[in-house]
Amino acid sequence: MNLARHTESIASIISSQQNRPGALLPILHDIQEALGFIPPDSIQQIASALNLSRAEVHGVITFYHHFRTTPPARHTIEICCAEACQSMGAERLVEHAKQRLAGSKHGECEVKPVYCLGLCATSPALMVGEELHARVTPEKFDRLIEQMGIKT
Amino acid sequence: MSIKIFVPGDSAALALGADALAKNILAEAARRNMAVELVRNGSRGMLWLEPLVEVQTARGRVAFGPVSAEDVGALFDANFQNGGKHALNLGLTEELAYLKKQERLTFARVGITDPLSLEDYLAHDGFQGLRKALTMQPAAIVQQVTDSGLRGRGGAAFPTGIKWKTVLNTAAAQKYIVCNADEGDSGTFADRMLMEGDPFVLIEGMTIAALAVGATQGYIYVRSEYPHSITILNEAIAAARKAGYLGPNILNSGNSFELEVRKGAGAYVCGEETSLLESLEGKRGIVRAKPPLPAIAGLFGKPTVINNVISLASVPIILDRGAAFYKDYGMGRSHGTLPFQLAGNIKQGGLIEKAFGVTLRELMYDFGGGSASGRPIKAVQVGGPLGAYLPESQWDTPLDYEAYTALWAVLGHGGIVVHDDSADLAKLARYAMKFCAIESCGKCTPCRIGATRGVEVMDKIIAGQDTEAQVELLRDLCDTMLNGSMCAMGGMTPYPVLSALNHFPRDFVKKIPV
Repeated sequence: MNLARHTESIASIISSQQNRPGALLPILHDIQEALGFIPPDSIQQIASALNLSRAEVHGVITFYHHFRTTPPARHTIEICCAEACQSMGAERLVEHAKQRLAGSKHGECEVKPVYCLGLCATSPALMVGEELHARVTPEKFDRLIEQMGIKT
Repeated sequence: MSIKIFVPGDSAALALGADALAKNILAEAARRNMAVELVRNGSRGMLWLEPLVEVQTARGRVAFGPVSAEDVGALFDANFQNGGKHALNLGLTEELAYLKKQERLTFARVGITDPLSLEDYLAHDGFQGLRKALTMQPAAIVQQVTDSGLRGRGGAAFPTGIKWKTVLNTAAAQKYIVCNADEGDSGTFADRMLMEGDPFVLIEGMTIAALAVGATQGYIYVRSEYPHSITILNEAIAAARKAGYLGPNILNSGNSFELEVRKGAGAYVCGEETSLLESLEGKRGIVRAKPPLPAIAGLFGKPTVINNVISLASVPIILDRGAAFYKDYGMGRSHGTLPFQLAGNIKQGGLIEKAFGVTLRELMYDFGGGSASGRPIKAVQVGGPLGAYLPESQWDTPLDYEAYTALWAVLGHGGIVVHDDSADLAKLARYAMKFCAIESCGKCTPCRIGATRGVEVMDKIIAGQDTEAQVELLRDLCDTMLNGSMCAMGGMTPYPVLSALNHFPRDFVKKIPV
């Protein structure tokens, strides 16, 4: 990764957002959207711009499940593990996903639990990026990862 | 004349392939030289039929579902665009029993209109409530909302009018309207369906709230798991602003109201109002001590109306049709309607807006058609992850705030999650503790430590270690969480745990392997 380019794009995100009330979350969202994660070495930069301590910024990043400080895998599959999906076999789906992806290259695909995608009447559900999938059977899951080009 | 076809753009329909379906319909129509007007409507809420395609005919809209992208050719062959015969033809949408038996007030337009067409919104009574509000004194608007009996639909059921009155009577240079769209409860999707299916009604409701209390800035805090809702809301806000329904001079009245969408970041506890306000301020979502109430010192320390999506979206019809019209629905002190969300292991899951007083059995069998698996239904969790599990003996109690309190249960946001007889309630009780441990904000000890200890105790119970003593410990721990937590996160986690234990004690005794 090109550190100088990071610093530059982070600076432009900060300067476009910093005057909004409660700017920290919008800034973190924009950085993660642009880079895929929030580089730990950007914390000082964000803190200075918002007149916060590094601890405060770190505290916010680590409080919210959505934010991450390491680069994501090439693909992230978020499987809903809340009650409605559990009642339709979400646990079996997670097991199946882990088994299927066990052989994939490191950093190729990450499976993350998520608590509710609001697709509770068409469960089990999952999300890839912003793309939603409902009534996911193991067979449907296999077709999906094949379409995504994930080698297992 | 072109043919009008509706393919929902709601997240649930998208998750079942509605985009590919819409593309195929357009391609097939082009191939046959047919002029088609395709509308991406909201969902009608009959989610087992999604994607549900509708066609406009002289008799009314005819429904087809569930339609997959591969069905398109055969549908055109069957002359579906004129309501032709086909195995997926369900008849006139409005005549479908699931819809016909509902009382749709808040969801009156959802699934019918094009969510982003202002023209469509206006043609279906849109902005009538706002127009009335603009002719009224702030106190009179608050009085209408109070008289309607509307109570907070997020779950706490606090009278909306009283909240507004406090904000109106608190003098300040700046006041805020905040919409809580952090719909994190499993089994709930009413907020999402409304934001995606009729965003203007939420904008109208928030604008009326602003006029009522003298606020000039509003925020809609939407969870990050709802990317489509965020996109649609942003487009709707831009359209409303352009047409003068938002902005510095609303409909030339001299009143100003600006609205902005803010995105959450995956913290369940931010659905708690004070935690949400902290998050909006750019901080960790740590729960605040009350008092002061948000109505007196809320966002950035200013008086703030903070209401759930459905509460705010119910306001326009109250102003338009009058408090008495709305109050007439329901029973006891539960006035109006609640959009129930039937989910989990259910054959016909979806959104059912009914007046308070309907029973679980009616919803699960008359509407839902029983379990999806075909096995007997064992337990039903009402009101999200912090709601109680109800056994069959309680399924005939009317869904009413006070009747549920008497059962030691809650209606919450109206989510109903059905489990069949393969469910293990001890495992679900453990999950409730685990969820609390993951999502606790960490401010108060009963929740932060209690949930972790709760998981450990449940592990021992599930393993059959010293069950009797562990169950006693679990009850003791739940007592501490119930009475000692700062907010509903720790304070209500005992609801699913103890209701599971009390109603399904056999699941808490280790099964002896044969």
